[in-house]
Amino acid sequence: MSADVGAMAAAEAGEIRGSGVRNALILIAALFAIWQGIYWWFGDIAIASPAATARYAIGLFGSERFWPHLIETSKAFVAGYALAVVLGLGVGFWLGFHRLSSEVLEPMVVAVYSLPKVTLYPILLLAFGLGISAKIAFGTLHGVIPIILFTISAVRSVRPVLVKTGRVLQLSPAAMVRTILFPAALPEIFTGLRVGFALTLIGVLLAEMFASQRGLGFLLMNGIGLHNVEQIMAITLLIVVFAASVSTALLAIDKRLHRQA
Amino acid sequence: MKLVVLWRVLVVVAAIGLLEVLCLAGAIDRITMPPPHEIARDLWRMLVSGRMNGAIRKTLTNAAIAFASAAIAGVAFAALLHGHRQTRATLDPLFATYYAVPVFAFYPLLIAVFGLGDLPQVLIGFMLGVVAVIVNTLNGLDRVPRVLAKTAAVNRLGRFRTASSITLPFAAPHILTGVKLAVAYSLIGVVGSEFIMSRGGIGYEISFAYNNFDNATMYPLIVLILALSIAVNALLSRWEQRLRLRRGQR
Repeated sequence: MSADVGAMAAAEAGEIRGSGVRNALILIAALFAIWQGIYWWFGDIAIASPAATARYAIGLFGSERFWPHLIETSKAFVAGYALAVVLGLGVGFWLGFHRLSSEVLEPMVVAVYSLPKVTLYPILLLAFGLGISAKIAFGTLHGVIPIILFTISAVRSVRPVLVKTGRVLQLSPAAMVRTILFPAALPEIFTGLRVGFALTLIGVLLAEMFASQRGLGFLLMNGIGLHNVEQIMAITLLIVVFAASVSTALLAIDKRLHRQA
Repeated sequence: MKLVVLWRVLVVVAAIGLLEVLCLAGAIDRITMPPPHEIARDLWRMLVSGRMNGAIRKTLTNAAIAFASAAIAGVAFAALLHGHRQTRATLDPLFATYYAVPVFAFYPLLIAVFGLGDLPQVLIGFMLGVVAVIVNTLNGLDRVPRVLAKTAAVNRLGRFRTASSITLPFAAPHILTGVKLAVAYSLIGVVGSEFIMSRGGIGYEISFAYNNFDNATMYPLIVLILALSIAVNALLSRWEQRLRLRRGQR
């Protein structure tokens, strides 16, 4: 199964070579140039220009209408991610330790990763009601899986001599996790936390795009009804910029942790 | 190994049994979820009556189009990109952060531009899948031993022949990993966007049934789509494993 996790990591992380910053800047410039080109080609009817979108996005932060939505999404995301981290680390350490449980359950967790989980959202809505708890649960459902999978493989790849040392010192399970397993497995666990961060965000936004009255996902869908392309594109831009910059920062920390290990 | 499979079956059966008991005992009310045996019965009736055949066909067709275009475009693009170091280095940050960006956030824009037809859903499926194919194909091409490239040069194969008869076949197991992800992702993309907003397909029918409190339709459809994707993924995993074994990899 480590092949699957590896594939996930490869697909999710890719690899940065060469001078990252310069390449990133060239890339961003190229993407904006393409966007501007499409705008010139199709004109105002289809899409908004980069400049107009950026103006609209900045304007959003000045409008009172926008803040409650941003706060709603942030709350759901923070709560969903916190739950995913706690659950993911708990289950991950358990399965990483216990051979039989992980052999039984890990393939199931991997299977859930590649399911269209959107279809489960109505069930969560029926169980939690139409509110923030269903969004949180859906975000957690997305984010928890990579955290579990990476934690399992992280715990397993801890060098046996470290665990044996812990046994010789007669550490309790809690002390074993805190003083030996966690520090030794940290780099790979962090990869799981990084991927889980992105997936939780996806889960929360997806939940908001379906049957919600608040949040950024709602504003996106609301833009369709209002035929407000600028609103759609400004929110999309904000989400993309946020997700890409956080993930770049986490990726940099991730790389550093792996180098030190 | 057999014991593990037995345990796995046991866990699934126990989970379904628990749900059944909770539903029958009333701990889970009928508005939330009907008991599993009723879901199975409704699913059977739904399939026999054929009233969802149109939706199923639409979803599978769109997912297949999204998948095929992601696989073909992904492999072709990766094969082209592999020779261009600078372009590849420039695109690396895009690949590295791609799956951290919610692709579904582009769906409303696609609807605004292309209208509410099949195209936005296919595009979301394509966008979700294509980068996994590109990244894994590049990964496979990186591992082609230099001796193979030299052999191709000695035999004076052109770039196209080299790719089609040497490098791509060598990278096949890695490409398959990407392709496997693309299958899952294109289905997720199509069903997900149908679910958010569309005019038909399994995802649409699920959201329609949800809005009408029609659990007798909603739950069987959810089970159907989950079973379908589990089956497809399991088949592909098995195939991938066989390919790896043949290569003498684990």
